[in-house]
Amino acid sequence: MEAIVLQILNGLDKGSAYALIAMGLTLIFGTLGVVNFAHGALFMIGAFCAVTLSRILSLSRTIVDETQKDFLGNPLKVDIPYVYDWFGEATGNAIIDWSVPLSILFAIPVMIAIGVIMERGLIKHFYKRPHADQILVTFGLAIVLQEIIKYYYGANPIPTPAPEAFKGSFDFGNFLGFDPNMIIYPYWRIIYFGFAAVIISAVFAFLQFTTFGMVVRAGMADRETVQLLGINIDRRFTLMFGIAAAVAGLAGVMYTPINSPNYHMGMDFLVLSFVVVVVGGMGSLPGAVAAGFLLGILESFASMREVLSVLPGLNQIIIYLVAIIILLTRPRGLMGRKGVMED
Amino acid sequence: MSKMNLSRRGVLQTGAVAGAGLALPTYLSAGSHEGYTNAPAGSTVTLGFNVPQSGAYADEGADELRAYELAVEHLNGGGDGGLMNTFSSKALQGNGILGKKVEYVTGDTQTKSDAARASARSMIEKDGAVMITGGSSSGVAVAVQALCQEAGIIFMAGLTHSNDTTGKDKKANGFRHFFNSYMTGAALAPVLANNYGTDRKAYHLTADYNWGYTTEEAVRTSTEAMGWETVAAVKTPLTQTDFSSYIAPVLQSGADVLVLNHYGGNMVNSLTNAVQFGLRDKLVNDKNFEIVVPLYSRLMAKGAGANVKGIFGSTNWHWSLTDAGSKQFVQSFGTKYGFPPSQAAHTCYVQVMLYADAVERAGSFNPCAVAEALEGFEFDGMGNGPTLYRAEDHQCFKDVLVVKGKENPTSEFDLLEIVEVTPVSQVTYDAAIFGGELGSCNPGA
Repeated sequence: MEAIVLQILNGLDKGSAYALIAMGLTLIFGTLGVVNFAHGALFMIGAFCAVTLSRILSLSRTIVDETQKDFLGNPLKVDIPYVYDWFGEATGNAIIDWSVPLSILFAIPVMIAIGVIMERGLIKHFYKRPHADQILVTFGLAIVLQEIIKYYYGANPIPTPAPEAFKGSFDFGNFLGFDPNMIIYPYWRIIYFGFAAVIISAVFAFLQFTTFGMVVRAGMADRETVQLLGINIDRRFTLMFGIAAAVAGLAGVMYTPINSPNYHMGMDFLVLSFVVVVVGGMGSLPGAVAAGFLLGILESFASMREVLSVLPGLNQIIIYLVAIIILLTRPRGLMGRKGVMED
Repeated sequence: MSKMNLSRRGVLQTGAVAGAGLALPTYLSAGSHEGYTNAPAGSTVTLGFNVPQSGAYADEGADELRAYELAVEHLNGGGDGGLMNTFSSKALQGNGILGKKVEYVTGDTQTKSDAARASARSMIEKDGAVMITGGSSSGVAVAVQALCQEAGIIFMAGLTHSNDTTGKDKKANGFRHFFNSYMTGAALAPVLANNYGTDRKAYHLTADYNWGYTTEEAVRTSTEAMGWETVAAVKTPLTQTDFSSYIAPVLQSGADVLVLNHYGGNMVNSLTNAVQFGLRDKLVNDKNFEIVVPLYSRLMAKGAGANVKGIFGSTNWHWSLTDAGSKQFVQSFGTKYGFPPSQAAHTCYVQVMLYADAVERAGSFNPCAVAEALEGFEFDGMGNGPTLYRAEDHQCFKDVLVVKGKENPTSEFDLLEIVEVTPVSQVTYDAAIFGGELGSCNPGA
């Protein structure tokens, strides 16, 4: 029983990341009809927004400490962050410590700007081209973005820890009446799941309850009619691309304490997120979210030692296996709409 | 009756293709090079540095390349001479190798066997490289070593830790200075027993490929010999990034030690996840829960950040060593690049120097003469103490460092501290235990 609860919890945070990325993919596909293979790169850039802000907050002046030696035997150069000078050491430390949550504020405008530039600068030229062309150009763009990040930040993962207050883990075992230490779960992963729930709810609310969202939904259903009503739907769709980029970016920002970010992290999520979109149903936002959590949890269960001892390697193929079964029984995915990508 | 349509152009095209096809396989072993492949004819000699310049190990590859460039500079008489000042052999004079100026070409292994073989082949065929060296992966090392054996080229392995490189996959043309999984197990186990006791239950997470298997086996065998019990060993996919579903069940297993047989990004992520789950804060079987990382790399430790604090592992070399060779190398490398070298940089630099020295002592670039000069060669002053290049398997035998993540680092490079220098006698083994055959040296003629 403990193992089952544990794997459900594990699946929730993994599913949160899948759901956030898949939701952004679906938003772009639903509004602009573009299959965006650069979406994983946006997740990665979001993570590097956290790295960048952490570095900005840690910008330092250098003093020479004659009492200590560096590796060459010269007096040691010690970096004193400017935030220490401005706010005192305790407050300065706290600011640096909270760089990941603070990065949310930093990443939103940056990611929206990147999304808008990407859409206006490149992707709009491919609206009327076949999906294969769109996949090729966005995949190429993803590789370019990856290499740019690698050039500036290197290939090694960069540790970007959570604030000290959220380190450690919560003993769900004690809480649920099991033995202590049987079900432990890191605080930050609980926060990640909560954060994903808030973002997903906010996007749904935005589309459901605002005039802007209503127009976007109308445009998704019938773009031509909305345009005939004199509404500049293209501009709204461009902004939706920016919002989708921001969602992917925020997923990346909050993921940095879970796994140290590296330039390749987007690709690791991209393929799985596409499977999530297809399983959920192309163009269906609730489908993307539901499939994200479903596949995340199934992947966690498939990684259990007991399962692997019976079916070795199942964790590697479970997502694709489920995708095959769902597509055979429900060709449009869990919540797919008729007519989407069927022409 | 059938009719054949023969044209002059068709015959010429067919002939040219057939000729090229027949000639290609013989190129690598062609005897058109004065008795061995790529015999240097002019005043220069070309070495091939095959390192990961892209992919996940690109930073490690960049450090290897820096070391190679430094070695070439020193061989050609530039800089401060580096380890030529401390090397026990005095055959190298700073005038190139056998009086020929050393030049080099580089290849990108991408940490993929196919890509590594393709770049090595290109350096041999197109650039005339007389020796290939490099790599940050055992899979790549084994693949390139086999290619060099076929081509009649000496391969001086870079960072490769699997027993197989000089075990079941050893080749007469291949040589490894870096230590291996067996040595890690033999060096680490006594330190673990001293620090954590002999009554421990270990849970292994093992990267699902060749290096992971040999490392798990080595650490298991050594720790079980000390009295530890292995409660589970789970293989993790090489592509895994989030290890939570593997780490969460560890406490339920009753284990009180987690051994992470992971390297590179796998190690960074699995260690980070394990620390996040608070394993090190737990008390299991009335003992503090502990984590062990058998193979450490400073570059990887940097990726894991503060999570490495207090965690034991092993390493081939560390810049904080105080012997004359290590101090000299840190001085040379640090002055040129502004930061201390990694163990990958060290082993690559040393391999080039050892190759050049062997050529000088042999008086020839002929791979068989070089191999003979390296086999059984005993040397000192290269940073690892007295070292033997064992003739039976072309593996270097030297002291092994057991290290621990430093609790209070003074800089971004000061991540590991040496807790024990395990004497070579403790890590030496019978060359026959891993099987394989060296075969005969292939000069390519």
